Amino acid sequence: MEIILFAILLSAGLGFFAYNAWKVRYNIVLGQDLDRSDRKGERIKTMLLVAFGQKKMFTRPIPALLHLALYVAFVITQIELIEIAIDGLSGNHRFFYFKLGGFYTFMISFIEILSVLAFVATLAFLARRNLLKLPRFTMKELMGWPTKDANFILLMEIVLICCIFSMNGADEVLYSRGGSHVEFAKGHFDFAISSCLGPLLFNDLSIDALHVIERVGWWGHILMVFAFLNYLPYSKHFHILLAFPNTYFSNLEQKGKFTNMESVTNEVKLMLDPNADPYAALANPDEAPKRFGAKDVTDLTWKNLLDAYTCTECGRCSSSCPANITGKELSPRKIMMDTRDRLVEVGENYRKHGKGFDDGKSLLGDYIKEEEIWACTSCNACVQECPVNIDPLSIIVDLRRYLVMEESKVPSELAGMLTNIENNGAPWQFAQTERLNWANED
Amino acid sequence: MRVPTMAEMMANGETPEILFWVGCAGSFDDRAKKITKAIVKILNKCQVNFAVLGTEESCTGDPAKRAGNEFTFQMQAMMNIEVLNAYEVKKIVTACPHCFNTLKNEYPELGGNYEVIHHTQLIQDLINTGKLALEGGETFKGKKITFHDPCYLGRANDVYEAPRSLIEKLDAELVEMKRCKTKGLCCGAGGAQMFKEAEKGNKEVNVERTEDALGTQAEIIATGCPFCNTMMTDGVKNFEKEGEVKVMDVAELIAHAADL
Repeated sequence: MEIILFAILLSAGLGFFAYNAWKVRYNIVLGQDLDRSDRKGERIKTMLLVAFGQKKMFTRPIPALLHLALYVAFVITQIELIEIAIDGLSGNHRFFYFKLGGFYTFMISFIEILSVLAFVATLAFLARRNLLKLPRFTMKELMGWPTKDANFILLMEIVLICCIFSMNGADEVLYSRGGSHVEFAKGHFDFAISSCLGPLLFNDLSIDALHVIERVGWWGHILMVFAFLNYLPYSKHFHILLAFPNTYFSNLEQKGKFTNMESVTNEVKLMLDPNADPYAALANPDEAPKRFGAKDVTDLTWKNLLDAYTCTECGRCSSSCPANITGKELSPRKIMMDTRDRLVEVGENYRKHGKGFDDGKSLLGDYIKEEEIWACTSCNACVQECPVNIDPLSIIVDLRRYLVMEESKVPSELAGMLTNIENNGAPWQFAQTERLNWANED
Repeated sequence: MRVPTMAEMMANGETPEILFWVGCAGSFDDRAKKITKAIVKILNKCQVNFAVLGTEESCTGDPAKRAGNEFTFQMQAMMNIEVLNAYEVKKIVTACPHCFNTLKNEYPELGGNYEVIHHTQLIQDLINTGKLALEGGETFKGKKITFHDPCYLGRANDVYEAPRSLIEKLDAELVEMKRCKTKGLCCGAGGAQMFKEAEKGNKEVNVERTEDALGTQAEIIATGCPFCNTMMTDGVKNFEKEGEVKVMDVAELIAHAADL
């Protein structure tokens, strides 16, 4: 009975996750093409350092250590999940115990110690968010759902860790009384934490009660894992998976290099070359002309969209943004959150009403205001700070390109600057013939 | 002041080793012109075989590109590349990190391939190879100098050490701001902000940054960008500290120390 129930849960959990993962993938590939298939070695190295090794986290050591505890605990606990899956499907109890012997004790003890560290880290994170109220966790884009999302995940982690210790602790006491499971006579697991914690909490309980606690812990653990897995695609917490592809596909160019717009290059060449054939540009007359820059999420590249799903809303970008620090409307984190939220909306629309459905809304205007993108100094602080190599600046620039080149909406002083460059080759009104005058001045 | 142009050199059948890209600020802004002259003095002192484009130089297009106008940028780039390639330019030194970044990173895809260095890198090389000695001039010994990282030199192109090594060569005490190098705070001028009013906020970026600099108790705020120079100078004025604290380009400090 338990086996059937477990099998149903397992397939439902994985199946629903696969469905959601497919939806996310569908949304991401709505973005424009971008070739990131080069420099594979360098990409793997970046992924290992930045995602696996969390290199960029360590510029802020305290949250880095707390985060590391959670991260390592999460990764190592996956081993225990394999055993839970085998036990659940086969009706065994602690399948690896007799197979691995002393190593099993070591492994579970290691998981338990990491779980305690993760427990402490989780409490610290809750305190940082809710008691210390760190500035980057109280910015206005986090009001409402994002704050609840963050706290909800932390609470789930606490429940998960409690389940692990109820399971191991109760089983420890059961084993010492010879009541753990048919193959287990009388003995001790000697797990590092629950060999002390179990007797301390559960010594007075009957064998029946202990069985209930052990099962509640076991089922609770696996149910939390399924719940967590399926919550991921709806949450900022998706970064635990997407950090890996996102860092792999990082921009490996110098940060100062903005992308070259080839569509513009073709037109400029036509303008500058008197012998150019103006009809040559119409090689693909069926192809709808793409807009310059980005108005909506589908004008952005797939990497911008992957960035948006990877963002965990930590706010390091915004806390280092000169515009944000000085009270301007711009927050790079909000740019990423807006991109993601709009993409989710567009994806839903496309699946409901057909691909290309226009709901009359757009990223620029309905989500991001012009004032926000004009506050950017393109200083790359946000790009530098992001622990998972997200690039908010490239979205900001593409939105500017749309505003300037498609709608001719540019702050009036900038319009003057642009005219000067076009007329006299300098952002100010000085004649090009006076460019060398400095050499003859004292 | 000897300032050879590419046109003159070509007429004489000479080819300079390196082109000095002066930039719009360096050509027209009164404060930045002093930096330009300091660089020329250093180049002349070290007998570097250089030339400028003079009236054939035009904006690299950086502010247009950052403002989102790719058309204007590419028009400028293509015209400049035509001039540079006609003179068969191989190596360029710039006095401005924005020109530096654009020429180095954004021109290659449009057909302009050059070795581009920032003036602090060139000066570092001149000192290291013994061509420039810092003697006879103003002494900076023991003076507190802080360096403000221009975004387009630092984060954008990972040049952090060249300007710092020059300050250390002055025997000065290099004092770092809390936000420096990769964490350096922008002066507020980048991304074409130099040419527009700041968006609504509760503080100017250059004021925030000048607080960082004044917090180090430095007597000199050094930088390597004409726009940072303007922003920091305004910031110092905002705190009415222009009597005590000077904003200088690293090239000017070196020129003073070498009595040029």
